[in-house]
Amino acid sequence: MSASHSTAHAADTSKLSPQFHVAHHFDSADEQFDSAKLGVWLFLVTEILLFGGLFCAFAVFRSWHLEAFVSAHHHLDKVMGGINTVVLICSSLTMALGVRACQTNNQKQATAFLIATLLFAGAFLVIKYFEYSHKFHDGLLPGRYFTYAGAKYPDEKIFFGIYFMMTGIHGFHVVCGMVLIGWVLLRNMKGHFSSRYYVPVECVGLYWHLVDLVWIYLFPLLYLVG
Amino acid sequence: MAETAASHAHAPAHAEGTNYLNAQKGLMSWLTTVDHKRIGVMYLISTLVAFGLGGTFALLVRLELLGPKKDFLTADQYNQAFTLHGAIMVFLFIIPAVPGALANFVLPIMIGAKDVAFPKLNLASLYVYWAGAIICLSAVLTGGIDTGWTFYTPYSTVTSTSVISMTFGVFVLGFSSIFTGLNFIVTLHKLRVPGMSWFNMPLFLWATYATSVIQIMATPVLAITLVLLIAERAFGLGIFDPTLGGDPVLFQHFFWFYSHPAVYIMILPGMGIVSELIAVHARRRVFGYHAIAYSSIALALLGFLVWGHHMFVAGQSELAGVIFSFLTFFVAIPSGVKVFNWLATLWGGSIAFTTPMFYALSFLFLFTIGGLTGVFLGILSVDIHLHDTYFVVAHFHYVMMGGTVMAFLGGLYHWWPKITGRLYNDGLGKLACIIIFVGFNMTFFTQFILGSRGMPRRYYNYLDQYQPLHAFSTYGSWVLGAGFLLSLFVLMTSLRSGAKAPANPWGGASLEWHTQSPPVTENFPGTVEVKHGPYDFNAEGTK
Repeated sequence: MSASHSTAHAADTSKLSPQFHVAHHFDSADEQFDSAKLGVWLFLVTEILLFGGLFCAFAVFRSWHLEAFVSAHHHLDKVMGGINTVVLICSSLTMALGVRACQTNNQKQATAFLIATLLFAGAFLVIKYFEYSHKFHDGLLPGRYFTYAGAKYPDEKIFFGIYFMMTGIHGFHVVCGMVLIGWVLLRNMKGHFSSRYYVPVECVGLYWHLVDLVWIYLFPLLYLVG
Repeated sequence: MAETAASHAHAPAHAEGTNYLNAQKGLMSWLTTVDHKRIGVMYLISTLVAFGLGGTFALLVRLELLGPKKDFLTADQYNQAFTLHGAIMVFLFIIPAVPGALANFVLPIMIGAKDVAFPKLNLASLYVYWAGAIICLSAVLTGGIDTGWTFYTPYSTVTSTSVISMTFGVFVLGFSSIFTGLNFIVTLHKLRVPGMSWFNMPLFLWATYATSVIQIMATPVLAITLVLLIAERAFGLGIFDPTLGGDPVLFQHFFWFYSHPAVYIMILPGMGIVSELIAVHARRRVFGYHAIAYSSIALALLGFLVWGHHMFVAGQSELAGVIFSFLTFFVAIPSGVKVFNWLATLWGGSIAFTTPMFYALSFLFLFTIGGLTGVFLGILSVDIHLHDTYFVVAHFHYVMMGGTVMAFLGGLYHWWPKITGRLYNDGLGKLACIIIFVGFNMTFFTQFILGSRGMPRRYYNYLDQYQPLHAFSTYGSWVLGAGFLLSLFVLMTSLRSGAKAPANPWGGASLEWHTQSPPVTENFPGTVEVKHGPYDFNAEGTK
């Protein structure tokens, strides 16, 4: 199958950005591009399995402590969670448009879309911060630190253990995503990308969509279903 | 396939006698290399150091068990010794050894590639391995660890030892494993030279591919499990700790969801090596190539469905026990397919009794015992008697050590001339293999008997009636240790005084034997052509 990749474009180097480089062990730019994308997809598989463990824990404890979970999830702020969902979906859109702008040699547009993505990601974290500080204030904390006096069921602390692990690890991924988006943003501003070379933007985009996708599942499970 | 101008421009002209070892000099040239061969060599040295360290703890454990009472170690020291033995051997040696060292070295050469798909990621995996190793071993200095290598809750949430250092180290090591697996999958998909179809690949690569799939799919689950365990200890999370409403059996489910597939991360590369050893050293085309290739994939997939057989007595439902027991028996099918195909390959072959062949035959013998005793343990009623006894210890040592370590050593001796460019003393090599084989059986066959008579694992003292067998097992461990030292001696002396290795000392037919020993930095001086299959021993150039 490796032989099937067309190398028709390989000879056309006139449109390449200065940073374009086919590493010595690849036969063509297309092969290098496909390899990078396959690598990122495999990495995304590991991410899904990582979160898979948490979703599994959520399912197990929810089935054992259904009343406690339902009761506990009313403490989450559905409006803030809902706004955050919209914010992340918008960020996925701007990310996709940013990749598209790179593919069409539109450097300025790409810069604008990547900055917009960063701003949405930042907004998500700010809203999350307000949610978290509210929970901290009320003592709605995991396990040993659960001090909320109005809890109807003792097992509500397990819900918050899982809530903080899932949203915390997701938040960590958002921060990593912001660093990565910042990195491709800087490279884009230096003119590293073009229609012939935009692998890093594409790969960061794939990662960012996955981070959003995880939230798309977290929001209904934690905030709406409980 | 048309090649770009870029790839030609980068091909250096090689002077006579230049190879990957002497192309660049100095420590920094090694630490900053992206050459898969150099990274493989550094992985080899690192994992062998870990093997020596883990082996030392094993000898300490056996020494304590020489007599029935407290002899050399206190109960606490004993707990730490067997924990460190297990954790070091599993996470620092046996999981990274074959993929990181041997597969890293030969995989790109076998498919005619210049390097793995992501050379920098390959180097990163080595650095991450080192970082993880240091974090793991820092646990020794900061209070030790006494949970056993499985870190079972609830004990691991309450013990005062450094569970966090060790588990965080293992978490970091997981990334190293994922990087390697990811790299190999992409490399095998994208970098095979024209003519190297999937079914033209040496079987070692099928096994490595299957291993990589498990590394990608299982390791993240261990990662999240360890993160939860660390959060449990650090913040009292309450997911695994029963006093906070958590479930310790959930930890076991999570842990074995990784660690049972991880058993195949350990054994599959060994099986791949044995396929090479048997074919090359019997000079016979592998019998049932497709069956062996597919059985590797089957083992990788089945490995994900049998984790519950570690918890037959941990309180999982009877129905789950029956299902997991039933599924466990299926593992015997692809394993059996492999063993019978290897035997059929040997049958009628012109067997050369070289050191690698000695290791391959040892593997066949020991792995078969290890595999069949696994079937005993998969039977629910029998497992209730044998669970947590020395029978289990003997079983997994027959698979892991009799299987993987034997195959690893066989592979090391097989590719040693390619890696170092030196031949070793074959007679002494065989002697070392015989000593290891005898020592191994002395050490571990006795443990089958001990276990079937009820000797529980992980105890530093025992009833007097077990003393003769325990003492015999300890004597065996000394024989085993001596065998490994001799084996190491053979390899080390070859570096100093071994004859220069020709390109193809064994008459192998796969691509790594069609380039000089040791290879040049980009593996092949010119364009690679695949003229014949990996086991066409009558083809030109393989005599």
